[in-house]
Amino acid sequence: MRGYLSDCDIRVPGSLTEALAMLSGEPGVWTPFAGGTDLMVVYNAGRLKATRFLDLSGLAELRGIQEEGACLAFGSLATFSDIRDHRAVHQHFPNLVKSARATGALAIQNRGTLGGNIVNASPAADTPPSLLAYGAELELVSSRGRRRVAYDHFHLGYKQMDLAADELVARILVPKPEGRSFHYFRKVGTRQAQAIAKVCLAAHVRIVDGNLAELRIGLGSVAPAPVRARNAEAALLGKSLTDLPVLAARAALLADMSPIDDIRASAHYRSVVTQNVLGHMLRELANV
Amino acid sequence: MIGASSHRKEGRAKVMGTAIYTDDKFVPDALHGVTVRSQVPRGILKGIHFGGGIPWAEFTIVTAADIPGKNLVASVMHDQPFLVGIGEEITHMEQPVVLLAHSNRHLAERARLAVALEVEELPAILDIQASLDLEQVIYGTHNLLKEIRIQKGDPSKVWDRAAHVIEGEYFTGAQEQMYLETNAMVAVVEEKDAQTWVTVWGSLQCPYYVHGALKQLFGLPEDRVRVVAMEMGGAFGGKEDYPSVNGGHAALLAWKSGKPVKLIYDREEDLACTTKRHPSRSRLKTAFDAEGHLLALETDFVIDGGAYATMSPVVLSRGAIHAAGLYRCPHVKVHARAVATNTPPPGAFRGFGAPQSLFAMERHMDICARKLGLDPVELRRKNFLRLGDTMATGQVIREDLDLGGLMDRALAEIGYHDKRAAFAITNQGEGPIKRGVGFSVFMHGCGFTGSGESYLASVAGVEGLADGTVSILAASTEMGQGKNTVFSQIVAEALKLPYELVDVAEVDTDRVPNSGPTVASRSTMMVGRILEDAAIGFKQSLVQQGFLQEPYTPESFQVAVAKAVATLGSVKCYGQYHRPPNIVWNDSTYQGDAYPTFSWACYAAEVAVDLDTYEVKVEDFVTVQEVGRVVNPRLAAGQVEGGVAQGIGWGLWEEVTTKQGRMINNQMTNYIIPTSADLPRIQVVFLENAHPAGPGGAKGIGELPMDGPAPALLNALEGALGPLRLDEVPMTPERLLQRCEEVSHG
Repeated sequence: MRGYLSDCDIRVPGSLTEALAMLSGEPGVWTPFAGGTDLMVVYNAGRLKATRFLDLSGLAELRGIQEEGACLAFGSLATFSDIRDHRAVHQHFPNLVKSARATGALAIQNRGTLGGNIVNASPAADTPPSLLAYGAELELVSSRGRRRVAYDHFHLGYKQMDLAADELVARILVPKPEGRSFHYFRKVGTRQAQAIAKVCLAAHVRIVDGNLAELRIGLGSVAPAPVRARNAEAALLGKSLTDLPVLAARAALLADMSPIDDIRASAHYRSVVTQNVLGHMLRELANV
Repeated sequence: MIGASSHRKEGRAKVMGTAIYTDDKFVPDALHGVTVRSQVPRGILKGIHFGGGIPWAEFTIVTAADIPGKNLVASVMHDQPFLVGIGEEITHMEQPVVLLAHSNRHLAERARLAVALEVEELPAILDIQASLDLEQVIYGTHNLLKEIRIQKGDPSKVWDRAAHVIEGEYFTGAQEQMYLETNAMVAVVEEKDAQTWVTVWGSLQCPYYVHGALKQLFGLPEDRVRVVAMEMGGAFGGKEDYPSVNGGHAALLAWKSGKPVKLIYDREEDLACTTKRHPSRSRLKTAFDAEGHLLALETDFVIDGGAYATMSPVVLSRGAIHAAGLYRCPHVKVHARAVATNTPPPGAFRGFGAPQSLFAMERHMDICARKLGLDPVELRRKNFLRLGDTMATGQVIREDLDLGGLMDRALAEIGYHDKRAAFAITNQGEGPIKRGVGFSVFMHGCGFTGSGESYLASVAGVEGLADGTVSILAASTEMGQGKNTVFSQIVAEALKLPYELVDVAEVDTDRVPNSGPTVASRSTMMVGRILEDAAIGFKQSLVQQGFLQEPYTPESFQVAVAKAVATLGSVKCYGQYHRPPNIVWNDSTYQGDAYPTFSWACYAAEVAVDLDTYEVKVEDFVTVQEVGRVVNPRLAAGQVEGGVAQGIGWGLWEEVTTKQGRMINNQMTNYIIPTSADLPRIQVVFLENAHPAGPGGAKGIGELPMDGPAPALLNALEGALGPLRLDEVPMTPERLLQRCEEVSHG
């Protein structure tokens, strides 16, 4: 363990109100700690700069998955295991189930939370592409009140978010798809389990009269943050299932990515394989 | 007993979590040691500065200047210092310079970062080519740690008259052993009766290597040093030579502080600084006649030995001897070199040089088959060694070898011919998945190379205990491979006793004789054979001294032993290695019997490549091996399955990524060993052919399974994708994409 434990301070607020009061009292001082599955790894390696933590794990207000009108509302402390096991998530959001299953190992899935996955803001996280594909919305809370932000506007750059120092992610609201839907999730990891994504692509398509009436594609590991493939989406929107512009969509996808070479894959590999995975998705889509 | 799948002796304690590993050892008042390492690949150490904010007076600090004996790690050659002294040369990024110890391990870790080294940097050489090109001379006059030449006949006379001459170049990468338990040591140094007594408990394969290293480090006689092997969480060669280094470090801190010291590496440190498999480059040139008979073979085999010789000379030796594979060839020339680079020294790893040279040979055979227009099966069949043939060193095959039959069995088990025909059709389809089957045929020499076993002259013994049971005295260690169980089976068989009446003694150099290192697929065959002799001697002495009458029952045996112990105080019998008279080896000419015998195998793999992602899925894997008599089928199958998993990892995913020679993907997240989800069913077939040199006819098995998977997989990939430049392992998805692009871009 390379972190220096004596330097660390961890507080356990008794309620959400108390937690928010601490955040607003000393903005930027307290690092929220939910499952800790990323923070503890970085701490162990001696690379964690933060030393003061707010343990949110006991806050019941932030737990649970509930139906709320046309949406499913995920408390930010919903764990990957909660998501994996929830009937309504299986029914409406198969991509989220797949991404929760693809995250780390079972022990990580029991501890790690959806909210933590979002604010940790790793470009390689497995749930964000699915949330982007489903048009999720975040509910942020602070002592000043609550506000909502569309998830595809939340990540602003590498580890940059539309999240003030006194705010927490309270809930993640995901609209339930209606009509005829196509869901696609594919993670290309460094191995088949317990892997970090080299490429991740999630998509949701609403099909009306054989055409792509609505379409969102979320990408992971190919940009500084999880991103929507807006150019590829534009190339495909409104097109017929029988005549999908595969080459145009693949070409458009290049403008949606800015991959880098890192320890896990080359930029070139990420770029080629993301295009191929889009091609695979379109072949499956054409066969529905 | 031999041939039964007896339960592991230590299995219950491991499953129940009561087994005591080194870091579990409760040591009151222990200090925690940390190591300050150089952070440049090459330079001269000018000074050591202890920064502010640390209560240095509370620390035990050891530098090279403190070392009481010789500052050189005892190994094949004595060239590596325990610590670099001021004015001396730093030769790699992870070189130990200062040792610190404190009762608060968090503070010790913080203090490590507060030590600044003043270094005059020198230009470094980081790979095989730079070393061969003598960009810098960092070792001797030519950067050569060791050079070996093996010659039989004269290939130079063959090239001109051969129908075909085919050349190829092959590369293999470094590989981490990835034992679950990281390197760990506990040391106590006592001063009593005006003498220094050094004791080290640790995670180590070879107690007497560490014993020898500590004697030299402290300048002490044999009986002042004691080494105890704790329960071990895997080793795979990774705890063969390195424990001499960290064992010495722990002991130095204990000696200077006067307190017990624990020195436990975390995963990042363990991966960055301990030994790996040697990277290699092989250049092969082969000549064939018009029918495909191998006429001549020349190989230039180079391994990257890192900054010090460590085990490189012997790794090179095994690699060189295996380089020509298991083919009959009248003219062979092997030129093998281990070159120095400014990287942390690689060391022992299951296979020990053979996986590298066999990868090149078995890939090359498939490439030759394609160029000759022959089926790889038939090319091999034409050229296999048979009874009476000689290998490259002149070793005569004295077994009635049927390698063709071995190969056919593996091909039948995997359905090679049917699958090849089927895939030739299905691979024409539009889909991204392409399938292939491939195989490799190979051998692994059992025991130490050449005269190694004669030099070792290993001793092992059997002791009677007061309760009438029998205890095995050997320095061979249990690292998960099953030594405790197999030794007990061998002795139980020799004494005709139930398995439960035999167990192994704690591996403590004060109690057990030097049965040699636990390496080289030698424990079952070599030490097992000595134990067989010792057990029979033990029984005979009980009979001769009147304690036991034959025939006996287990009960009467137990009564006899108890009575003998009660009467004599102690009843022990030792055996020692004797070189079989027909085994002859010449170290200077590299001629003769390189090994007493070989284990033989054919491994076949089926792969599916996804051309969308360039991921390779191994869909089926068949292993057929002839390893003599199998002592414990369940453990033996486990050895094969584990070795195959490690071989698949080396072949497809495991890449040591470096910067200035230092591993930078030194976490389990980023160094990709396979999980169970990445592995196929592994079928294990043993063809038993008892060998007289081993106990009950057993040969070695530990390393063999590491040799075959990589070439089998790449041969299968060629089957799936056609001729690509599949010349390197690991063939990662990134590398495979690049190889495919070479073809499509012309």
